[in-house]
Amino acid sequence: MSNSLPAAPLAQPGNQRAPLTKKALTSDHPTWCPGCGDFAVLASFYRVLERLQYPQESIVTFAGIGCSSRFPYFVNTHGGHYLHGRSLPFAAGISLSRDDLHVFVFGGDGDGYSIGGNHLVHTARKNVNLTYVIMDNFVYGLTKKQTSPTSPIGFKSKTDPTGAMDQPINPMRTLLNSGATFIARSHATQVNHMIEMMERAARHKGFSVVEILSECVEFYEGAFDAANPRKGGAFPVIELKKNDGTPEDALRHDPADELAAYRLAHEAWPGKFGVFYEINRPTKNELEAGLVARTREKTKNANDLALLQSSFARLR
Amino acid sequence: MVSPNPQTAGSTPSATTGTSSSQTLPDAVIRLAGNSQDGIQTIGGFLARIAGRSDQDVMTYMTIPSTISGGPSIFQVRMGTGEILSEGDQTDFLVAFYQHSYEAHKSSLRDGGVLIYDSDNVKPDPTERRYTHVPVPITTNTIEAVGGTGKDKGKNMFVFGLIGRVFNLNIVKLHNLVRERFGGRSEDIVRNALMAVDAGYAHPVENLLGHLYRFEANDRAGRNPQVTLDGNTALAYGLIAAGVRYGAAYPITPWTSIMELLRSELPKYGGTFVQAEDELSAISMALGFAYSGHLAVTGSSGPGLSLKMEALGWAVMAEMPLIIINVQRGGPSTGLPTNEEQSDLMQAIYGSHGDAPRVVLAPKDVEDCFYIALEAGRIARAYSTPVIILTDQALATRIEAFDEPNLAKFMVEPKLDLTPRPADFKPYPLDRITHHAPPGTVMESGVYPTATGLEHDEMGHPTGNPALHQKMTAKRREKLKRLGEELPRPLIHGADEGDILLVSWGSTFGPVREASNRLNASGEATGHIHLRHLHPLPPGLERVFARYRQVFVVEINDQGLYGFGQLAMLLRARYANPAIRSITKSDGLGYKTREVVEGVHRLKGAASASVSAFPDDTHS
Repeated sequence: MSNSLPAAPLAQPGNQRAPLTKKALTSDHPTWCPGCGDFAVLASFYRVLERLQYPQESIVTFAGIGCSSRFPYFVNTHGGHYLHGRSLPFAAGISLSRDDLHVFVFGGDGDGYSIGGNHLVHTARKNVNLTYVIMDNFVYGLTKKQTSPTSPIGFKSKTDPTGAMDQPINPMRTLLNSGATFIARSHATQVNHMIEMMERAARHKGFSVVEILSECVEFYEGAFDAANPRKGGAFPVIELKKNDGTPEDALRHDPADELAAYRLAHEAWPGKFGVFYEINRPTKNELEAGLVARTREKTKNANDLALLQSSFARLR
Repeated sequence: MVSPNPQTAGSTPSATTGTSSSQTLPDAVIRLAGNSQDGIQTIGGFLARIAGRSDQDVMTYMTIPSTISGGPSIFQVRMGTGEILSEGDQTDFLVAFYQHSYEAHKSSLRDGGVLIYDSDNVKPDPTERRYTHVPVPITTNTIEAVGGTGKDKGKNMFVFGLIGRVFNLNIVKLHNLVRERFGGRSEDIVRNALMAVDAGYAHPVENLLGHLYRFEANDRAGRNPQVTLDGNTALAYGLIAAGVRYGAAYPITPWTSIMELLRSELPKYGGTFVQAEDELSAISMALGFAYSGHLAVTGSSGPGLSLKMEALGWAVMAEMPLIIINVQRGGPSTGLPTNEEQSDLMQAIYGSHGDAPRVVLAPKDVEDCFYIALEAGRIARAYSTPVIILTDQALATRIEAFDEPNLAKFMVEPKLDLTPRPADFKPYPLDRITHHAPPGTVMESGVYPTATGLEHDEMGHPTGNPALHQKMTAKRREKLKRLGEELPRPLIHGADEGDILLVSWGSTFGPVREASNRLNASGEATGHIHLRHLHPLPPGLERVFARYRQVFVVEINDQGLYGFGQLAMLLRARYANPAIRSITKSDGLGYKTREVVEGVHRLKGAASASVSAFPDDTHS
């Protein structure tokens, strides 16, 4: 291809690069409130990157606006802080034009389910290859306690002083309906589980999303205690099918079973945690690359100048 | 008999030289009026193409109505030798397919013009002596020529042949166009079309006209062959030449044809164009391409540009290169989606929140749509800034012929710069223009950059420091002031000092240039400058304006609450020169040359800040 882009150097086994460590990945000190659930998400993300060992320069961390969207400032990778709700299409632009990169998007419930809700659906249905982590705290924290799309009915906020009245989003149902090809749910107090979910999401080919309940200690304290064993709750984990033919396997969850995933999404609060849904569907990255390959085969890999000259020749 | 259009630049009726068999014309305005299903636009396209290919260097200028299908439709072609600047104020030749076509368009015919009509369908007023009547049984002749069950299908091809005869066009070229256009279809279709063209070409129309016509010869020795295309096509290919390989957009008239073309073209070049779910996503995705190290494009028309404004602010703050195309239409709101207006200038320059300087350019004609894309690419890269191209509905759809660009000279190879950045790299240096390190770039300092919409220090860290906001605001402003200083000074056409200077931008170039020619020809010394760079403005305008007693800015937008069109308002504010006044209109149509001339005459004697050029506004 005449203008094929030089691929970024990928880490090869045996490269003399030093392993990527938390120390190298640490950047500005987080500006979150003490006790915020987002600290644990950040710590887990460092661990995920340590496990994945992508070359540092090939990792991109992007976010929109909100407390959790400060994330990219605290991770020492290429990245950016974009507009409220629009980080997914921005990240799609990165992913679709640079297959050599590993793209991670972080954001909150307002960013993902409210102002950016439309982009969630369309990035998911296009199956753009990237990983989206939603740190859901059921409240607007950065602007100091307004109702969020996931605030439960009755939640008292500054915009609903007598209690929220609008039906909240069911995040898992919303994600299932979006067409995302990997959907998991986790809890900010369960570090190992978070690491496992984020790593699986990163390794998934396509649009992967992890919804993490991440408590806002300032404006919605105790919101997720029901799923925190240390606060007297329970953390029920979804057991995935092993396809081992045993009778107990019949009771385990098949992540390719969309209806079963919807049933999980409708379980009573606090519901279950783990992989709700995972399928393989061609990514937009692959489909676009296929279009390029077929088109260039037709034009016999002509160089850019020859291509444009032939277009103008047809206009004579 | 017919005389050539007297409004042509540099030519007068006396330039006509008649012979017994043919009369030579500098140019002619031909209006085809029928129904859209008659394939009138096909004839128009053929005439444009044959004009572009003609040995006589015929050029065209077209207006296409917005009809999707069905209903009355017209197509106007101005073919001639030399520089065609406008669509022509009046029609020299009218071809009327139906009675309603005749009724609706006969008034456009100039005195001494020619009415060719389908005598099977049209009964003209027998008392009318203003123009020559040429009855041709178009329907019957087509049916006879083609035969079979096609009824009158192919009338357009018959008329194409007929016009070919009227203007002595080369029949081989007519045949070639038909074969190229219908070549992919069945042999029957090609044969029928050729039979209809031949029948039209064989019709002895000179018996009624008295003679045939031919266009003045023009020496094109040493020049590239001409290409014939519309402004949106020129802009799309200009973007490719500028090195754009990625883009995203949402469909909206009249922008859409650019994204359609790029969607099918860019994969050939290894890139892609994504149809986004909305305008916000479109510009965000384009910025994602830009952040990744590519020169990228997004585009829209008026309402869509409004939706992109928040993201434009981010692009200014984060200093991202990006080309944003706005194919203007009539506004506000859904407004006149298929009409022409230049009312988005202020939105382009000042839209978005905060102090957000960006670059705004406007092409002056179809050819310039190609070159303005190259200029936008150059500026976006060199200054790491969003660049808005303000084109409009008329340029988007109209077809012109121009010299094929020297592509080998202009083609820009896109390069992704992933060379490791040295340890002292700063993403937002105060003392130089920002040039981003795209992801994939190794940072030798070990510190990786964050592109951000928050105010930031030189390293990209968020800061609310008052002094830094002041300095960073100045940095974003000063780089564009520097661009303004290096821009070429606009050339003065016509009188280089004196009573009146006309100022135009965008697609008003043609009629304003033609008006200045006409004014100069009638002894009213007039200068004309045209602005391609609208923000920043090029240097030297202050001195240019000072050389004229009156400076009239001609634009297609409203005079607003303070009596000035949008560019006039800016120039008044910038140069504080009370000689700057305004000719405006907002009827959704391009200027006719006559409207500009009359506007000049009225404003000259008026005490007001501006005059409307809309004919019904102040005169009959």
